[in-house]
Amino acid sequence: MNYVPNTDRDRSEMLADIGVSSMEELLSDIPREVRLQRHLALPAPMSEYDLARHMGALASKNRTTDDLVSFLGAGAYDHFVPSVVRHLVSRSEFYTAYTPYQAEISQGMLQAIFEYQTLMCELTAMDVSNASLYDGATAVAEAAAMACRQTRRRQVVISVAVHPEYRATLRTYARNLGIEVLETGMKDGVTDIEELDRLVSSATACVILQSPSFLGSVEPMGKAAEVAHRSGALFVACVDPISLGILAPPGEYGADIAVGEGQGLGSPMSFGGPYLGFLTCRQDLVRNMPGRVAGETHDPDGRRGYILTLQAREQHIRRERATSNICSNEALSALAAAVYLSWLGKDGVRELADLCLQKAHYAFDRITALPGFEKASRAPFFKEFVVRTPIPPEEVSAGLLRSRILGGLPLGRHYPEFGDAMLIAVTEKRTKEEIDSLCRALEGLA
Amino acid sequence: MTMPLIFERSEAGRRAYSLPDCDVPRKDATELLPGWALRKRAADLPEVSEVDLVRHYTKLSQRNHGVDVGFYPLGSCTMKYNPKVNEDAAALPGFNALHPYQPEELVQGALELMYELGRYLCEIGGMDEATLQPAAGAHGELTGLMIIKAYHESRGDGAKRTKVIVPDSAHGTNPASAAFCGYKVVEVKSDGRGGVDLDSLRAAMSDEVAALMLTNPNTLGLFDENIVEIAKIVHGAGGLLYYDGANMNAIMGIARPGDMGFDVLHFNLHKTFSTPHGGGGPGSGPVAVKKTLAPFLPVPVVEKKDGKFVLDYARPQSIGKVKAFYGNFNVMVKAYAYIRALGAKGLREASENAVLNANYLMRKLAPYYHLPYDRHCKHEFVLSGEYQLASGVHTGDIAKMLLDYGFHAPTVYFPLIVKEAIMVEPTETESRDTLDAFVDAMIGIAQLAEKDPEALHTAPHKMVVGRLDDVTAARRPVLRWRPNKQTNAG
Repeated sequence: MNYVPNTDRDRSEMLADIGVSSMEELLSDIPREVRLQRHLALPAPMSEYDLARHMGALASKNRTTDDLVSFLGAGAYDHFVPSVVRHLVSRSEFYTAYTPYQAEISQGMLQAIFEYQTLMCELTAMDVSNASLYDGATAVAEAAAMACRQTRRRQVVISVAVHPEYRATLRTYARNLGIEVLETGMKDGVTDIEELDRLVSSATACVILQSPSFLGSVEPMGKAAEVAHRSGALFVACVDPISLGILAPPGEYGADIAVGEGQGLGSPMSFGGPYLGFLTCRQDLVRNMPGRVAGETHDPDGRRGYILTLQAREQHIRRERATSNICSNEALSALAAAVYLSWLGKDGVRELADLCLQKAHYAFDRITALPGFEKASRAPFFKEFVVRTPIPPEEVSAGLLRSRILGGLPLGRHYPEFGDAMLIAVTEKRTKEEIDSLCRALEGLA
Repeated sequence: MTMPLIFERSEAGRRAYSLPDCDVPRKDATELLPGWALRKRAADLPEVSEVDLVRHYTKLSQRNHGVDVGFYPLGSCTMKYNPKVNEDAAALPGFNALHPYQPEELVQGALELMYELGRYLCEIGGMDEATLQPAAGAHGELTGLMIIKAYHESRGDGAKRTKVIVPDSAHGTNPASAAFCGYKVVEVKSDGRGGVDLDSLRAAMSDEVAALMLTNPNTLGLFDENIVEIAKIVHGAGGLLYYDGANMNAIMGIARPGDMGFDVLHFNLHKTFSTPHGGGGPGSGPVAVKKTLAPFLPVPVVEKKDGKFVLDYARPQSIGKVKAFYGNFNVMVKAYAYIRALGAKGLREASENAVLNANYLMRKLAPYYHLPYDRHCKHEFVLSGEYQLASGVHTGDIAKMLLDYGFHAPTVYFPLIVKEAIMVEPTETESRDTLDAFVDAMIGIAQLAEKDPEALHTAPHKMVVGRLDDVTAARRPVLRWRPNKQTNAG
């Protein structure tokens, strides 16, 4: 199978029209010494039926979160994806399109991006949004680079309570960009504001905190923003968009840039990607913002339309002076988020956040009442929390799997001081019965 | 007719959502969270019914052109057909409903797929080891350059090698990625045949150069015949060769970047390997390298140990992570399925037909449009709107007129070294009938340019909107909707 419509007759007639005698003649400018003199060593081609069976067999070697009851979060969440999202992002007019360079023939995607930008501004209470970035980790790195451009400073301060993979990605980007990264510690389960205050100086471009943090805690974002602003640094808030139905949004506590992972907004977990990096910011930062952005405009008859705009920031115009090298982003995930947020609406987004909050707190109360299981801090939390376990958390995970439960993430690899602890996530999908059965299984293991 | 925004369809009290009941004892949020942590003003999201929601986005989809709608000859983007069976495979719960932190023994199928895909890509590119972590082509470029930097640093050469060379025909992402990696960009000229000018390259080369970034065939669609000499010049001065895989669709099974002397390459799975581009992503930009560079790949790398697939983080020289988790896995599933469907023979046939279709179109259009480099092209070619300029018609006008014929426009005004450039990439999945219809449209437009240039200046005429004002959009940006028009400044 190769999906090529040309027949042998087409090919010979086309070669004649071109004025060559063979395909080989068209390839004659490729030097012999670099021509592959054999066939590629790849498995034999497959019919569609054989391929479908093969893919099914490969998929069945995995145990899915549908087969198990999942309490695993840590940056990828088992939220419900309504049918409308899957159906609408499966419209092939959307998914088989390229980036909407020709606006008049791409109004559907451009309007959807414009709606996405508006929805994200509303949710984060910020002024402007870009059209998306790769994921939460790269969004943090891009925000740091953006803050350095804006302030002309070369140092960022980030809390250790930010997702370890986001910090690792930031370090990789920063090292190559010549940006210094300082990490500030935790006290009582949240970022230590006093230590942060000592680290931040007139050299600091931005302070980055995540709320809820990787460990689930609602962080003192307002205080951190004050610390940053006192030194003329920007404050970057990395947030869970689902939490914003109930938690204060970045715009309410003085964030200059808000970023985060938007997977929860209608994208499946898909073993880690594709996800949705989002970035919203204050109005006056817009010309330093990375990535695509859609804007409203008009045609000669005054009809409203949408177009990719402020392109003077971007790589295809500005080349090495661009605000970022990003080109393809995650437009289809942004479309999923737009559909998902419109599906939820004003009341739904609050109800959903409340459901996560209620179920997570019920689970927390039940688990920490079990002998040997203890809370790690008294910090407020949203849908995820840390519990110390009486036996090593890796053994807890293995034990839970025997009850078809996917337990929380053992934290030792990322935080040695939490070597005896597990990070448990509870979304709206978990029922009381499932939480109770988790508790029964934990009790049996202790 | 103005298409309403989803916000303009909102009616207080309407709803599409349905959420599970709260089956645990409910407490007031103020009991569970401190007051300062709570949201004060609710997010003003639209309130619509499910049917309104579905109709809204269905209507938007009908205002959008994709490969499934018609021809999409966007140069350098390889808008080939996206096989449906791949979509079905990627939607299987066995791939979709997997958490990235599930224990390895529960995701052996996913890891096997990633391991095998990495091996296939290495075979196709002539490389030794691969990472699937980068999320797009530009992300792959950045990752590849970081690997190059780490390599030079490991040899004590990092501080000295501060420059990256890119040809003047390069994609904009090349210099942008180099700058984002902390490199100074040096541009080299193209020669009269469209390849890298060897004298310029020799003059630019020194022990301060970390790498040369090259696309081959280049953005003119021309194979650089001097590639072996180019590699010799760059390697001779201790630099490395980076291959931008955007144009890989020309050479699968015909020639391999690794055999041409390239040390690092990125693939665009959303171009060459048929995964849909999603209207601007998700893409996937795996990077493959020669053995000497393998220690620097991002972590984790999927390895096979004792018949089991594992995620290897124990790579002390790794550049680290460039993204959370392992990359755009769902896109990898589709690319894997594509390679398995085609096999070696199918991939080679795909490339051959891509080259055939491009040359056919080029020869048919050459009498009507200026062809600045008159030689066999590979998978794409570049025309110039220079003839039409004489009657005051610009390439942008030609592009807009094409939309009225039901075709997406080619890439225009790129590469920068061709005046009024029109870059056409038909791909192998278009039939001769489609190509002929496109030729007819282009000839019609060329004739119209002479007879009635005004008709082109005002194109398009048949789209849902007329030509949109991009100058006002950039000068007075409106980047979000607001209920009160007076405050609608973006």
